[in-house]
Amino acid sequence: MWEANEDNLEAIAMGAGILGTGGGGNPYIGQLRARQAIKEHGPVTVLDPEELPEDAQVICVGGIGAPTVGVEKVRDLQSLYALRAIEEFTGKKATALISNEIGGSNSVEPLIPAAMTGLPVVDADGMGRAFPEFQMKTFFVYGVPCCPMAIADEKGNTVVISETISPAWAERLARAITVQMGCVACYAVAPMTAEQVRRTAVLNTLSLARNLGDAVITARARGEDPIEAILGTCPGKILFNGKIADVDRRTTAGFARGSLSIQGLANYDGEQLAIEFQNENLIARRDGQVVCTVPDLICVVDSETGEPVTTELLRYGLRVTVLGLPAPDLWTTPEGLAVAGPRVFGYDTDFSPIQL
Amino acid sequence: MFIGVDVGGTNTDAVLMDGVKLLAKAKLSTTPDVTEGIVAALTEVLAQRPSDGTVDGVMVGTTHFTNALLERRQLTPTAVVRLCLPATTLLPPLVDWPGPLRDAIGGFTYMVPGGHEFDGREISSFDASKVADAAKEMLRQGVRAVAISGVFSPVNPAHEIEAAAVISRVAPGLKITLSHENGRIGLLERENAAVLNACLGDVAARTIQGIQDAIRSLGLESPLYMSQNDGTLMDAGFAARFPVLTLSSGPTNSMRGAAFLSGVRDGIVVDVGGTSTDVGALVKGFPREAAVAVSIAGVRTNFRMPDVLSIPLGGGSVIQDNPLRIGPDSVGYRLTEEALVFGGGTLTGTDVAVAGGLAQVGDSALVQELAHSFVEQATLEIQHRIETAIDQVKVSATDVPVVLVGGGRILADNSLSGASHVLRPEHGDVANAIGAAIAQVGGQVERVYSLESTSRQEALAEARAEAINKAVAAGAKRDTVEVVEIDEVPLTYLPSNATLVRVKAVGDLAQSR
Repeated sequence: MWEANEDNLEAIAMGAGILGTGGGGNPYIGQLRARQAIKEHGPVTVLDPEELPEDAQVICVGGIGAPTVGVEKVRDLQSLYALRAIEEFTGKKATALISNEIGGSNSVEPLIPAAMTGLPVVDADGMGRAFPEFQMKTFFVYGVPCCPMAIADEKGNTVVISETISPAWAERLARAITVQMGCVACYAVAPMTAEQVRRTAVLNTLSLARNLGDAVITARARGEDPIEAILGTCPGKILFNGKIADVDRRTTAGFARGSLSIQGLANYDGEQLAIEFQNENLIARRDGQVVCTVPDLICVVDSETGEPVTTELLRYGLRVTVLGLPAPDLWTTPEGLAVAGPRVFGYDTDFSPIQL
Repeated sequence: MFIGVDVGGTNTDAVLMDGVKLLAKAKLSTTPDVTEGIVAALTEVLAQRPSDGTVDGVMVGTTHFTNALLERRQLTPTAVVRLCLPATTLLPPLVDWPGPLRDAIGGFTYMVPGGHEFDGREISSFDASKVADAAKEMLRQGVRAVAISGVFSPVNPAHEIEAAAVISRVAPGLKITLSHENGRIGLLERENAAVLNACLGDVAARTIQGIQDAIRSLGLESPLYMSQNDGTLMDAGFAARFPVLTLSSGPTNSMRGAAFLSGVRDGIVVDVGGTSTDVGALVKGFPREAAVAVSIAGVRTNFRMPDVLSIPLGGGSVIQDNPLRIGPDSVGYRLTEEALVFGGGTLTGTDVAVAGGLAQVGDSALVQELAHSFVEQATLEIQHRIETAIDQVKVSATDVPVVLVGGGRILADNSLSGASHVLRPEHGDVANAIGAAIAQVGGQVERVYSLESTSRQEALAEARAEAINKAVAAGAKRDTVEVVEIDEVPLTYLPSNATLVRVKAVGDLAQSR
């Protein structure tokens, strides 16, 4: 058990930026909202999944919508409203909240209703990274129902989707409702049990994010290498090091797709690494050979500062280090790969885990 | 003829230009009351004015307003009204401001119903009585300026305009800034820029009036223009309304001046000063703008700012041996007392340049005892830092022309890697004042269009026409105005084919050149 407070929020957000693998959007507003909620209502208790009582009711909350709209109609208390709506619909009171993903602003979304209600947050999430769509959560891969779910806007409108034939249908319907709500909304999913959380969530990711952020911030302050600090905190390896030579961006079917090419420096002089992304970094090829694919994490960080570089901030000349971190085990099973493997994203290649 | 003036933290520079010809230049110390330094610099260049010469305009670039924010001096007590309810309440106006700056302007904030969705629908209806209540409260608090922001006001500014009408009726004395008139999508950043603009109202009015009086006192009838951070000019009246647009105009002017002096339109400008070196990219003769949020005095904004990389390296940088350490501290304006070549006791970048034979300044005999290997090592390190900065700023991997300007440019060698060739134009030491003198005027539009209800062609035509009108409103001659930049950003996740369109138009000043 530990406490998420004003002092460690920056570290959590930075670590979540690294684990966001280029996606999850700019975490500035998410962090600012969580900071404001904690400032007004006090810090949030973070429970280890082992500390959950057996009769726990754990509700997953998250944001849904367009990041480009979220910087203008800044999210308010929608996750609190969605939480109340699902509690009322199911007749079950939440005893803890959980993040839907550990990348970008969604990683800290539950901290806002948690600070306001006094509920604890579980040290776990539904992705162990970031993914673009609602259905791409380990919870649903391993049999937790995605419905009923509630969606709320800032005006007082709430919608409960009571039943869908698949999690992908829940994404489709929730997305359409979100558009009518002004493209910024939050959702809450019917409670999970403690057993379901321990079995289907990616565990201890909030502390991992905090530890990663801490390691980078401490290394910077001491003038040490932040990249080494990251790899000293979690398993992973350097895939490449160089400077961005080209970024090619296009928006298709509602996603920011594109590719970047990195020209090697130092140990990688004369070599080239190409990454393709769809909101998140999906596949990395070194001189044409695939070296890392989803669901393994391809993290691009500033070589000097260790700051995560999200896909919208990529640009020519940046000195970056590309890290490969092994995917959570829940993603590397046939069931996991069927939902978030390279073929789901249109790559004609099988998943081959990075060798550490 | 035009006179260009750059008022920096250390120096006030002035140039007198006849078309593309430089007739006179002056470099004087900046004075605490900036107008004194301006008068001195103007007097010096005017002394060399040809007898038949008429001055058509005085163009001034200044960091004075930036300094007012940094020092929190002379700021106007300012309120913020946000049209948003019931949205965005968790992050009220001024939420992430440095406490002392928020206190300096009073910290009065109001959230009222209004604002729009991304597609132009209302979040809630405008409520005139709520705005009127806020205005009455502002009067009681002694507020003298107000910034009005509305959610998605760049898409639909109606509520901001209605709120301004109510406030000017209830509290006629208040100076009003509307967020949609400048700034981009990004509520907090656009609102912050509007607040910065509002709180600079008094100091801007006073300074601009002071400069105008100074010009008149020298017998000049010429109009005054102020430099904007995007390299264009605005007339004095417009500048007094939008002082926030002058922030960061210094690096822009030196880049524009460098482009003019060297003839380079696309390339890299390296401006080496006394304490720092600014490196920026020129695209079609204009500085490339920053894509990410820029912080001014600790306040996040999304203003049009040149994308300049500043590194702590300059002619006054203090250098230590064993291990080699260059900067970040600098002797600054005390260079001519403290540097070795001037008889001082501090080893500086200038001393290394003189010892290495790159420059002849002061007395080279005073640096003869420096070890040759050390001078070589320091020179290489300086070179390396400049080359790294150039490489970070470049827009593509190909070698590009590099223009060296600024008083400290003696530090750099002509063989910079990444450069197709290195230019050191004559008068590069006053590139910033020249940049002010030759600036054009421009207008910019940024708006989200739904390409379902409007065709792309119609949307672009509308945006182009509005940018051109804005340029003309800012003082441009209509037949010289051209659109220099069209940027379309399809918005991820949005339905109805929403696209962010950004158009910039520039033209010559409506005066004889």
